[in-house]
Amino acid sequence: MEFQFDSLASFFAMNGHGPYVWAAYGVAVLVLVALAVAPVLRQRTLRREFKQQLRQEEARRRAAAARAASQRAVETVE
Amino acid sequence: MSWQWFHRLGSPRWFYQKSSAWLPWLGGAALLLLAVGIVWGLGFAPEDFKQGNSYRIIYIHVPAAFLALAGYYIMAISGAIGLIWKMKLSFVVMRAAAPIGAALTFIALFTGAVWGKPTWGTYWVWDARITSMLILFFLYLGVMALSGAFSREQSGDKASALLALVGTVNIPIIYKSVDWWFTLHQPATLKLTEASTIDPSMFYPLITMIAGFYLFYAWVLTLHTRAMILQREGRTQWVRELLGAPAPTKA
Repeated sequence: MEFQFDSLASFFAMNGHGPYVWAAYGVAVLVLVALAVAPVLRQRTLRREFKQQLRQEEARRRAAAARAASQRAVETVE
Repeated sequence: MSWQWFHRLGSPRWFYQKSSAWLPWLGGAALLLLAVGIVWGLGFAPEDFKQGNSYRIIYIHVPAAFLALAGYYIMAISGAIGLIWKMKLSFVVMRAAAPIGAALTFIALFTGAVWGKPTWGTYWVWDARITSMLILFFLYLGVMALSGAFSREQSGDKASALLALVGTVNIPIIYKSVDWWFTLHQPATLKLTEASTIDPSMFYPLITMIAGFYLFYAWVLTLHTRAMILQREGRTQWVRELLGAPAPTKA
């Protein structure tokens, strides 16, 4: 098994079929890369959104707890 | 016999936790095989005596078409399992398989068109094989559109699973189209029941690419399924704990 072309130039030219071959491979590789990258980005966005939601819930819970505590403090003073 | 494994298989949580260990192996093996196959097919496989170098497109075209068809079975069977056993995970797999199948069908159609120009003198003919592949592409798009067309997720699951199942009639038509009709498309290069009409020096890179595409499909389907599980299960306790929420305290 050996490299089938004399030079890099003839490899790119593919004996006149270069544009067809390289277009086919180029588009295919682009689509495959997009297929692999899209779900990774989607997961990243989802995780960020959910974590933000969790933080907001946590902040609300803390605020509610603080309000309840100060309410109790007022009641004991009275 | 215990049916526990079958029920576990239907659990999105179980799948999400198990599959993270598979991903690096699947992805690594897929990318390795694809890289080897592309270099082999582009530079080292011999030139075809009739078609010249344009035939090198076969190393993309045939594997993509293989997986476009196999992916349709995976999508339709997942939909059927969801309809019959009401498994949550199988509907998720069905939805995840639709855009992947559409992308692979697109690759098969596109590479076929640019292969057709130097070989047949035209980018497109309305012949049986090519037209039935175009229908496959529209079926994938239809499943994607229908699954997102309902405000109730379960309705989208059922409707798109039905469409996927009805669409399976198209698959044997695609396989047999080159035998049933007189077409421009060349007959199958690889055959299960008889010797293939391809020299070993061209066959080995082709089988490498097919194996690479299968592994790539499994990898990408897992990735898409995981993303969709996260989206669907976002409000459940296990996802909240996964993202660092404290476990619920028993009052």
